[in-house]
Amino acid sequence: MSSATKASRIGEELWKTRVDKVNAELVTLTYGTIVAQLCQDYDGNYQEVNKQLEKMGYNIGMRLIEDFLAKSGVGRCANFRETADMIAKVGFRIFLNIAPTVTNWTSDNNQFSLIFEENPLADFVELPDDGRAQDELWFSNILCGVLRGALEMVQMQIEAHFVSDVLRGDDTTEMRVSLVRYIEDEMPPDEE
Amino acid sequence: MSYYFTILSPTDVPLFNIAFGTSKSGGDGIARFRFPDTAQYMNQFIIHSSLDIVEEAQWMNGNMYLKHIDTYPPASAYISAFLTPSGARFLLLHQPPQLASNSGQGAGGSGSMGGSMSGSLLLGSAGGSSRASASSIANNPTSPQTEEAVRQFMTEVYENYVKTVMSPFYRQGMEIKSPVFRGRVTAAGRKWL
Repeated sequence: MSSATKASRIGEELWKTRVDKVNAELVTLTYGTIVAQLCQDYDGNYQEVNKQLEKMGYNIGMRLIEDFLAKSGVGRCANFRETADMIAKVGFRIFLNIAPTVTNWTSDNNQFSLIFEENPLADFVELPDDGRAQDELWFSNILCGVLRGALEMVQMQIEAHFVSDVLRGDDTTEMRVSLVRYIEDEMPPDEE
Repeated sequence: MSYYFTILSPTDVPLFNIAFGTSKSGGDGIARFRFPDTAQYMNQFIIHSSLDIVEEAQWMNGNMYLKHIDTYPPASAYISAFLTPSGARFLLLHQPPQLASNSGQGAGGSGSMGGSMSGSLLLGSAGGSSRASASSIANNPTSPQTEEAVRQFMTEVYENYVKTVMSPFYRQGMEIKSPVFRGRVTAAGRKWL
């Protein structure tokens, strides 16, 4: 628990001192427009939209990790639990000013859930009522890609996906993150 | 009191409408207009016919809430209007409950059940008449209290309207189908009217 409180303090401190703020509506509306445009471009093929969002996030994450490390100056995490706290309490804090709850660890410490109490990307959003978006579209899927991209750059291959979203009428917004493996002694694959 | 609320786009396209009844002084929130059920289009007819007056009134002062602007005496329908800066019009038609003498005529299509229900509604308001004077929202559509209640209602709807049109999946000028918005308007109606 101490690593979590430590991370919270770092996140809080950075948010106050090192982070440039922008208007929240700017972010919300820009992201919302991107998703709406993708939905239109892919003609309501929400699986494809999810995939594209994830890919965009991946490309963001690969760059963002550099910024994150430069801003925070934190060192290597000792284990995946510490990584999780770092993501939730520092990463999300400085980029979105939220601190999702880390919970539901598996016994092997390789899988956890992030519960988002608030999600600035999804403010004002109501999914289209075409009967499919509610079941197929993960509106904030870009975040999964960001985590995957960022952690890949620091030698962790992970898999992240949303399991519930308040936009779909669920009680919580929950993302499941699983560590696949630590990448050792190899260059990051340049697939995109 | 029965209410009919509608939102019109700047180009007079109806974006949203809802009918509801008062929830104050024992009302059950169900609309009972003076027209038979087969003639509910009269509400739309009356409310849209007040648009000319809205357009005259909107330049008279800088307020967004234009208060009570129009009356249609044959149906004793009162129209209040609210303008958003982008030109959308919120119009609220309110109609006080029917007097006992001609309730049978008004209930026409809905039959005996409607008649008995409006009877009980009247009983309820008569019971509270010592407290609910002629200035109460339910009875006097032009009293300052009513104006204030309508203003509160309009302001609350406006806040929710802004949030709804900010949704990335809503395109300007599209009909508002959001069930969340409908729920919030209903809640605002229950709260203020």
